[in-house]
Amino acid sequence: MSDAQREARLAELREATSRRILVLDGSWGAKIQDLRLSEEAFRGERFAEHDHALRGNTDVLCLTRPGVITELLDAYLDAGADITSTNTFTATRIAQADYGTEGFVRELNLAGARLAREAADRFAYRDPTRPRWVAGSVGPTNRTLSLSSDVSDPGARAVDFDEVYDAYREQAVALHDGGVDLFLVETVFDTLNAKAALKAILDLEDDGRTPLPIWISGTITDRSGRTLSGQTVDAFWTSVRHAEPFAVGLNCALGAELMRPFIAELAAVADTLVSAYPNAGLPNELGGYDESPADVAAALREWALDGLVNVVGGCCGTTPEHIRVIAAAVADVAPRAIPEIRPTLRLSGLEPFVAP
Amino acid sequence: MTVTVTETAIAPTATFVHIGERTNVCGSAQFKRLILAGDYEGALAVARSQVENGAQIIDVNMDDGLLDGEQAMTTFLRLIAAEPEIARVPVMIDSSKWSVIEAGLQCVQGKAIVNSISLKEGEQPFLEQARKVRRYGAAVVVMAFDEQGQAETVARKVTICERAYDLLTQRAGFDPEDLIFDPNLFAVATGMPEHDPYALAFIEATWQIKERLPGTRISGGVSNVSFAFRGNEPVRQAMHAVFLYHAIAAGLDMAIVNAGQLAIYEEIEPRLRDCVEDVILNRRSDAAERLLAIAEEYRGDAVAHRVADLAWRELPVHERLVHALVNGINDFVVDDTEEARSLAGAPLEVIEGPLMDGMNVVGELFGAGKMFLPQVVKSARVMKQAVAYLEPFMEGQRTDDRGAGRVVLATVKGDVHDIGKNIVGVVLACNGFDVVDLGVMVPMHRILDTAVERGADLVGLSGLITPSLDEMCSVASEMKRRGMSLPLLIGGATTSRVHTALKIDPCYDGPTVYVPDASRAVGVAAGLLSDERREELIATVESEYRDIVERRSAPAQTARRSTLEQARANRCRTDWDGYQPPAPTLAGLQVFAEYDLAELVPYIDWTPFFRTWELPGSFPAILESPTVGHAARTLHQDAEAMLRTLVEERWVTAAAVVGFWPANSSGDDILLYADEDRSTAIATLHTLRQQLARDATHPNHALADFVAPIESGVADWVGAFAVTAGHGERARAEQFAAANDDYSSILFKAICDRLAEALAERMHERVRQDLWGYAPDERFAAAELIAEGYRGIRPAPGYGCQPDHTEKGTIFSLLGAQHAAGIELTESFAMSPGSSVCGLYLSHPASRYFGVGRIGADQLGDYAARKGWTLEEARRWLSTALSE
Repeated sequence: MSDAQREARLAELREATSRRILVLDGSWGAKIQDLRLSEEAFRGERFAEHDHALRGNTDVLCLTRPGVITELLDAYLDAGADITSTNTFTATRIAQADYGTEGFVRELNLAGARLAREAADRFAYRDPTRPRWVAGSVGPTNRTLSLSSDVSDPGARAVDFDEVYDAYREQAVALHDGGVDLFLVETVFDTLNAKAALKAILDLEDDGRTPLPIWISGTITDRSGRTLSGQTVDAFWTSVRHAEPFAVGLNCALGAELMRPFIAELAAVADTLVSAYPNAGLPNELGGYDESPADVAAALREWALDGLVNVVGGCCGTTPEHIRVIAAAVADVAPRAIPEIRPTLRLSGLEPFVAP
Repeated sequence: MTVTVTETAIAPTATFVHIGERTNVCGSAQFKRLILAGDYEGALAVARSQVENGAQIIDVNMDDGLLDGEQAMTTFLRLIAAEPEIARVPVMIDSSKWSVIEAGLQCVQGKAIVNSISLKEGEQPFLEQARKVRRYGAAVVVMAFDEQGQAETVARKVTICERAYDLLTQRAGFDPEDLIFDPNLFAVATGMPEHDPYALAFIEATWQIKERLPGTRISGGVSNVSFAFRGNEPVRQAMHAVFLYHAIAAGLDMAIVNAGQLAIYEEIEPRLRDCVEDVILNRRSDAAERLLAIAEEYRGDAVAHRVADLAWRELPVHERLVHALVNGINDFVVDDTEEARSLAGAPLEVIEGPLMDGMNVVGELFGAGKMFLPQVVKSARVMKQAVAYLEPFMEGQRTDDRGAGRVVLATVKGDVHDIGKNIVGVVLACNGFDVVDLGVMVPMHRILDTAVERGADLVGLSGLITPSLDEMCSVASEMKRRGMSLPLLIGGATTSRVHTALKIDPCYDGPTVYVPDASRAVGVAAGLLSDERREELIATVESEYRDIVERRSAPAQTARRSTLEQARANRCRTDWDGYQPPAPTLAGLQVFAEYDLAELVPYIDWTPFFRTWELPGSFPAILESPTVGHAARTLHQDAEAMLRTLVEERWVTAAAVVGFWPANSSGDDILLYADEDRSTAIATLHTLRQQLARDATHPNHALADFVAPIESGVADWVGAFAVTAGHGERARAEQFAAANDDYSSILFKAICDRLAEALAERMHERVRQDLWGYAPDERFAAAELIAEGYRGIRPAPGYGCQPDHTEKGTIFSLLGAQHAAGIELTESFAMSPGSSVCGLYLSHPASRYFGVGRIGADQLGDYAARKGWTLEEARRWLSTALSE
């Protein structure tokens, strides 16, 4: 695949965003859990002798069960997703260390990008009027730079910036090489981790790699309207705006009903595309999600009609069926117009600061 | 003239951004010392207070030869991240070393400002750093500094900034909005004519840069400009004010400043202002000489009230410490103590020299009635913080210094109230006594064991509720049993000279001295430990006690009392015919789990607050009192400031529970029923009747008379409540005490106490207007509420209408108060947390507050039978209400 093809696709992407609301895929975990894959299935031949248990390491399936991943990619693309994400949410050295697979990070990301690329290209080939795009999923990792790792020492950190930066950089290089169209830095609960990821992605340019669009999606953990690391939505946006993201949004943690006020807040301050992919409601007692495709789609359609969103999709608990109904629900709604924001010095701590 | 420390005082325009300068090791000796000592807790407190004082951004600088700057920056910024009240504002990462800046950028999740980068080393390193700043997502301050050096002229300042602007926007991806230029401010009036245009050059460059580079911002380090006048704060402040006035008008957007030290342009004395303006604006060639000529007149003089306050900073350190102690100013105590220590041969000399000199002055003024308790407690805070600073330098030197004498203080078992005891402790400590304060709810054995182990010279017992009197007698008896002989001091709200004479003194052979208030504590303690005065003092006390005992045993005392039968016959005859008691709107209980503190503020009754501090008078008249007015005003300001923060930051949680039950009186008791059938009584409230001999126009009251009797057939109701404003109180008070700030600790507790009372007042209002609802249209101002001009009462057990504290037990089980409001009862029926109130609601229009006074043996027996007590138990719980 060439940079020229990718550039052409990205031009189509920008053009498409001006015409309609785009649809992202839904959850990976829910469908994979449904398959109830065994430890052996996760290991495959490749990791048969691996010294750690691998069950639960969804990203390793890119190498050991590529067929499962392709099936799911196809299901979402068939349901009408314009953008599909790669199965690489935890494919960083830091997150993979739990499974002893930190040495395979480049392979995992290359494979994840390639599988998604192939699926997207296959669908685009079948219907050239419907281009499909691949977003390289970059998760938050399981270590955090802003929160203490030791209750008795508020200054303690389990990782430092350079470690997180290096881990993201390794992932970003592989996703770029694997052919993704854009980066999706998602489920951001600590903005400093996200800033390390953004710097790693922005720095790719120094190696001569073509800059790709960046999509940033934060996570508001509860009704307080703050990220886990304490920032308000506005402060979060101020902290990541320097990456000049293609889109910014919120995902996970909340169902549509609780997420709405924070999406509205973001839509008012962000002078770029706004995305939203909520969970299918809040988890029930069994950890499952109860909102039906129609429930989620109705909420997202309402947001679309209110001019709050440019990209929609689903997070935990959503299925290809959810995406099919969501895609239909927003198909005839105009995308949010990007507001013009007064240029002035804007800073942030946990809260935004706007110079008079 | 006065200058208030608000943003309007910082600058003539509201758009000016105030960057806190105190978390800068170059700018603050105090901060530097904290960081060098590794005291990051203290350093965080500095950051917190800056934000509280209105800093919109905090400047953090760790550039010091003795520091690992990267490490210090990393540690401090990570700690800030855990403090939401600090981390809410953006950080300015300030260093001349790029590695320190980058370390800082790796620790902030928000969008920070980098201060600073420049073209000093040429374009390549400048662009490299700029691109990194951009990718870390920060705004940046650019100094007007290039390969040739710092720009001094307007032309060079503007040229360098334009060049930097082009590079940053075209080759580093910056938006103009993220660029802040610092055109370099240098000292003027230095005696070198070539320096004269520096301030004006900054102002003109500011104007031109804002004009040519739209969207960008200008910042500067203001204090440089007045460097030639260091040591003359009034003139320096005037120069800063005049400079800011003109620079802000020209477009200066922000500056790193200490808000508390800025004067207001309009309020500078005109002659000084003109001279300063000549200097700043370089209006005449002899401007510097003219300013120099008059500058001396202002040294230590009033340019601004705030500045005048600081004139004492020019005094030698010994006098500064004395001044700080006498005026209770702790802002500089560490710096000054350190200076005194470095001059003294040994740290002890500082204590025995300036600190004791200062405290002696305080003692004299206090003794002469020219200082009052709040001021003394503030002085003590300065003393304590100075000594705490010196302690690490005197290892082993003062481990067992008993000073004027060692006093063991405690609030007795079963009681949680300690504001008065804490004040006594502070006053004794600052008069040279070594105070061992054991806290609240202290069992007698711990008090006495400690007294023996520590070789105490005095034991002081405190208590607020009446059962504590009994516990004090037990402690006294135990002291006798142990064969102790040291003096015993008795104090606290329910204690009295009479009770001490009649009940406690007979239990103990050593001197037992009643101390009516904290102001007397020092005199009593010093007297008891003085070889010359001891005998005389003890003799005086003994003769007083003898008089009291004799007067009490005189027959005239009992003759004026009615029998219980007579008193009941002279009861308050409420006419129940044709009276329909109101039925409560609220069915069952209502819990208010987290009551809005802000709503309570207008309901605060300040008069008792001043009484706590032994300032006599009613609020608000007390603020204008010719004697205590000054002390009262300062105390009130401190209290209001703390109250604001307390409410904003929710230092405490307030909770309440109220409920109503169908009720009827039965004799002197009140029966509460499970439901409207009034067939099942779920609780009995016992009331006591006045037995003072009275006539028909003055009935012998009991609370039961205000509730319809069973035989009337009238359906009546009674309510009950328990409220607290004390959740979180103890931990915060301990924090203050741990920081050697007893003043804030006591102030805080006294405020919590007021909030609890305010909540009780507010709940009663809601009960009348809504929950019981018999006065829906009642509208009183807060002052009228305090004056109790409304219908219905809320009597509290343990006080006048019902001296029996054990009735709280009934109220608590009815309300489930422990669970619902988180209040517990001690074995003496004190409520914990201490800032709590409980009581009954009675609605009859004739219901009123009264004092039961002393009861006779007949009522004691009758009440004991109703309560199911032995006579001995009844005597114990009603000790204060018994006729002797």
